[in-house]
Amino acid sequence: MKELVILSGKGGTGKTSLTAAFAGLESSLMLCDADVDAADLHLIMAPDVQETHDFVGGNEAVIAPDRCTGCGTCLELCRFDAIDENQGEYTVDALNCEGCGVCVDMCPESAIDFPPKTCGQWFVSHTRFGPMVHARLGIAEENSGRLVALVREQAKKRARDAHIDLILTDGPPGIGCPVIASIGQASAILIVAEPTVSGIHDMKRVGELAAHFKIPAMVCINKFDLNLDQTRAIETIAREKNILVAGKIPFDPVFTKAMIQIQTLLEYDDTCPAAKAVRNIWETVMTHPAMKLERLM
Amino acid sequence: MIISIASGKGGTGKTTVAANLAASLNQPVTVLDCDVEEPNLHLFLHPEIQSREKVIAPVPEIDLDRCTFCKKCMDICRFNAIAVTANTVVTFPELCHSCGGCTVICPENAVTEKERILGTVETGTVPLPDMNFGQGLLDIGQVMVPPVIRQVKSHRAPDQGITLIDAPPGTSCPVIAAMKDTDFVILVTEPTPFGLNDLKLAVETVRLLNIPHGLIINRAGMGDDAVYAYAKDKNLPVLMEIPYDKAIAQAYSKGDLIISQQEDYKEKFQTLYKKICFLADSEKCAP
Repeated sequence: MKELVILSGKGGTGKTSLTAAFAGLESSLMLCDADVDAADLHLIMAPDVQETHDFVGGNEAVIAPDRCTGCGTCLELCRFDAIDENQGEYTVDALNCEGCGVCVDMCPESAIDFPPKTCGQWFVSHTRFGPMVHARLGIAEENSGRLVALVREQAKKRARDAHIDLILTDGPPGIGCPVIASIGQASAILIVAEPTVSGIHDMKRVGELAAHFKIPAMVCINKFDLNLDQTRAIETIAREKNILVAGKIPFDPVFTKAMIQIQTLLEYDDTCPAAKAVRNIWETVMTHPAMKLERLM
Repeated sequence: MIISIASGKGGTGKTTVAANLAASLNQPVTVLDCDVEEPNLHLFLHPEIQSREKVIAPVPEIDLDRCTFCKKCMDICRFNAIAVTANTVVTFPELCHSCGGCTVICPENAVTEKERILGTVETGTVPLPDMNFGQGLLDIGQVMVPPVIRQVKSHRAPDQGITLIDAPPGTSCPVIAAMKDTDFVILVTEPTPFGLNDLKLAVETVRLLNIPHGLIINRAGMGDDAVYAYAKDKNLPVLMEIPYDKAIAQAYSKGDLIISQQEDYKEKFQTLYKKICFLADSEKCAP
């Protein structure tokens, strides 16, 4: 089985639009939306949800007022500023609570409960391109990395069961916890870069992250004609870092038009230059040695 | 007055708004880039960095001479950062949340803490009148983002000064860390289905934190009108619109400010600040 993860570092460079467009180019694949924080792939895939599961992402401390003697041990030990004291009454600030349970274990009166917390939901769906595993993290919740890992685990399991050989994963922006959770054991990543000062800066950092975890990386340049100097700069950096440039897509409002129609770029306009570029990129990506290698997952 | 600039979806123009607003104000301002995974503000403001500090998190170190392998540290750790076997202890610093539980629970005082570096905070000045700058930079491979953000925020302007915070995308802990305890949140969106979907999540987040907020529609005219209906329905004030304009996108691609290309935008950003002062607690506004 192989898994390609679409990343960018910088947000808004076109990860999800490209993931959706690629989906139509394979006869058999599993889709996985690993951007659980601000998931958008479902807006184009219009998934028919078959299964809904709660994501229990840890526990939350709750002080029982009838058992609390107001000794203040929890306030003293909490390193996350999550215990509030008001005239001898102690409460937990749920937004600050890290779920470490130190107050729970150290309370001399055992006055702090630690119920499991539902932090979101994950789904298994049918789409017109194949099955899809996706999720929604609750607002202001923690543990997005764990939910990303869970979504990818489920995508692998279900791909195996259905004898699907390719997983296409839409990744989150950034280089932190959810991104690291989205690339472990992936066959390769494809970085969607844009030819802007920010796009270059962020692509370099996500490239370094891939190198750090020894995941093969490729790059494609979206809106390449917006700034040809910056496009050349991306190509130079990619060569230096041994990152394959899989292709370039012209600046074209057709992506937005397709999105509004709930269609992929190729469904909306199969013949425009951007659509041709997307096809070429996919062909190049799939001939990369990392995408030929069978990985045990 | 502390104003944070957030969006839900990435790439909608947070940094553009932060940089241009900062450079349009005719008063002292401190700008802080709290998108510590991918900080970009420096590319537009070209600060001179005068000081660098490491962001440190404590992680456990086990004294094996004292350790009796009782496993209490492993049991209290909810993050699987300590594994105890019959005759050794292994720690996983990258999983540690620095809660200190292991040091507190150890009956043999065998757990002390050593420092792990999460990233760097840089501060300096921008070569524009009265502008201070700060940014965080998460080290490659690190996952603990909120402590880096909190350390950047410790460099906010004193008392009455204006602080602008460029927040990361999303709706989870890094965004909360950036927006918490700020006086106003500017939400930047683009009028597309993706932009609107993520804006809705961002609005829920801001309303959970109970911070006054308003909307900037960037790339207006790019997509559809659904965001306007949503804003009306949710009583969300539209503070400003920036049109969908290839010239603006090209200026951005080179690291130029809109106000240095189109002079009239300076006044528009000044008007934006006045609107924010009207909507936020007015006592926070500098005269």
